[in-house]
Amino acid sequence: MIRLIERLGRFIISFFRNGVAVAEETGRILLLLSATLKQLIIPPFEFANIFKQMLEVGVRSVPVVMVTAIFTGMVFALQTYTGFKRFGAETLVGTVVALSMTRELGPVLTGLIVSGRAGAAMAAELGTMRVTEQIDALETLATNPVKYLIVPRFVAGLIMMPALSVCADIIGIIGGYFITVGLFKTSSVVYWNQTWNYLESADIYNGLIKACFFGGAISIISSYKGFYTSGGAEGVGKATTGAVVLSSMTILISDYFLSSWLFN
Amino acid sequence: MIRLDEVYKAFNSNHVLTGTSFVVKKGESRVVIGGSGSGKSVILKHIVGILKPDRGRVLIDDLDIAGLKEHDLYEIRKKFGMLFQMAALFDSMSVWENVGFAISRKGTLKPAEIKEISIEKLKLVGLVNVENLMPSELSGGMKKRVGLARAIAHEPEILLYDEPTTGLDPITADAINDLIVDLRERLKVTSVAITHDMHSSYKIADSISMLYQGKIIATGTPDEIRNTANPIVRQFITGSAVGPIKVEGVNNERTVNRA
Repeated sequence: MIRLIERLGRFIISFFRNGVAVAEETGRILLLLSATLKQLIIPPFEFANIFKQMLEVGVRSVPVVMVTAIFTGMVFALQTYTGFKRFGAETLVGTVVALSMTRELGPVLTGLIVSGRAGAAMAAELGTMRVTEQIDALETLATNPVKYLIVPRFVAGLIMMPALSVCADIIGIIGGYFITVGLFKTSSVVYWNQTWNYLESADIYNGLIKACFFGGAISIISSYKGFYTSGGAEGVGKATTGAVVLSSMTILISDYFLSSWLFN
Repeated sequence: MIRLDEVYKAFNSNHVLTGTSFVVKKGESRVVIGGSGSGKSVILKHIVGILKPDRGRVLIDDLDIAGLKEHDLYEIRKKFGMLFQMAALFDSMSVWENVGFAISRKGTLKPAEIKEISIEKLKLVGLVNVENLMPSELSGGMKKRVGLARAIAHEPEILLYDEPTTGLDPITADAINDLIVDLRERLKVTSVAITHDMHSSYKIADSISMLYQGKIIATGTPDEIRNTANPIVRQFITGSAVGPIKVEGVNNERTVNRA
């Protein structure tokens, strides 16, 4: 009995300790976000760095996002077609693919890929800069590291995530077309009609609002993990893993709440 | 002038500085010696304002930098040039971009002009034809020289050296010492170096301070320090494991018995 109470006590202590740690980390991320927003609006603007990061986060992620989107669209059409055929609704495949790509799969899958690709790179790069004192060196050279390093990554995330998401939407729908029309020999006119008839502009722009939010979240979380790295090479490894895990979790959790808010 | 006034700094329960005070006059070259982990780097980071004291004041030309707003702090930093222990070169930039970084941030000069100035500064530290290399292509000694060129490129009034000779072979280390002395004479800068390399200290210092347990326990000219009666300083400069300074995790008595 006493042992049970002891265990319960330990559990409660560790639960609250973890709770405090989570709250502390969230607070620090928000502080970094506010510092970033402040530096974002103060001139001079770091255009060269912003373009460099847009290339890194956006353009270089295009191939992997395309491959993911086309196969997601294809498998979605494949599964929906087989399922819907059971009750004779196979003409609706185009609608289902278009709605799921624009509202959910486009932004979320792109977010997960960008967090694994660009987010990990941000954490590793900033983490290495921290442990090799390059961030301190920036400060001694009278350069604000938040302005120089984090603002460009944040802006790149905000702009490039929706852009990648639009590409994913289109390619996903084309992937669905290949399967529905190419494999299952449904009429191409039916597929496109079903796609356009039921797709509303709100589906697209609400999806893009989500993508924009995910982009900002990935950048700020990954930058935070990298910027506050300590403990040498091991620390950089931990920061990189932490960045991918935390930004993926943030995307999946916030996706639910954003969707219930935006689409209702 | 640099003045530390009763500076206290703790990281969690680790009290690193416990009332550190010292003054470095304009044009003076001060070396702070002390064991590994004694808080020497923390002193430098306080001087340049990367760390803020828990208590006490850090004055640069009579201005308390702990109370400065962010913008003013970055202005004050233009007076500084700092050489980092591992050089801390930006590895995404070429050598000349590194050296010209502070100048390019001003945004008044064209890249070609900045490159020209960088090449000139590299010559000052004895490097030629390296401006287009990347930091990963340089040896340790060359990195330190490039780091030094970057520190002096914007013509600072105060130079800070974080272990300038650590990790270098004795000959390269001595070349760096010569360079530091040469730059001091040529540029007339105030400088603070931290090191545990006594050979280097005697060579580059006008005066030496010893940091022990968070306080400055002795300050003097290289000769005064060399002939000190203070047992702690004596043990440090002679490099003996036996004495009032205990080596962490090592049982001194057993070491002595074995000897």
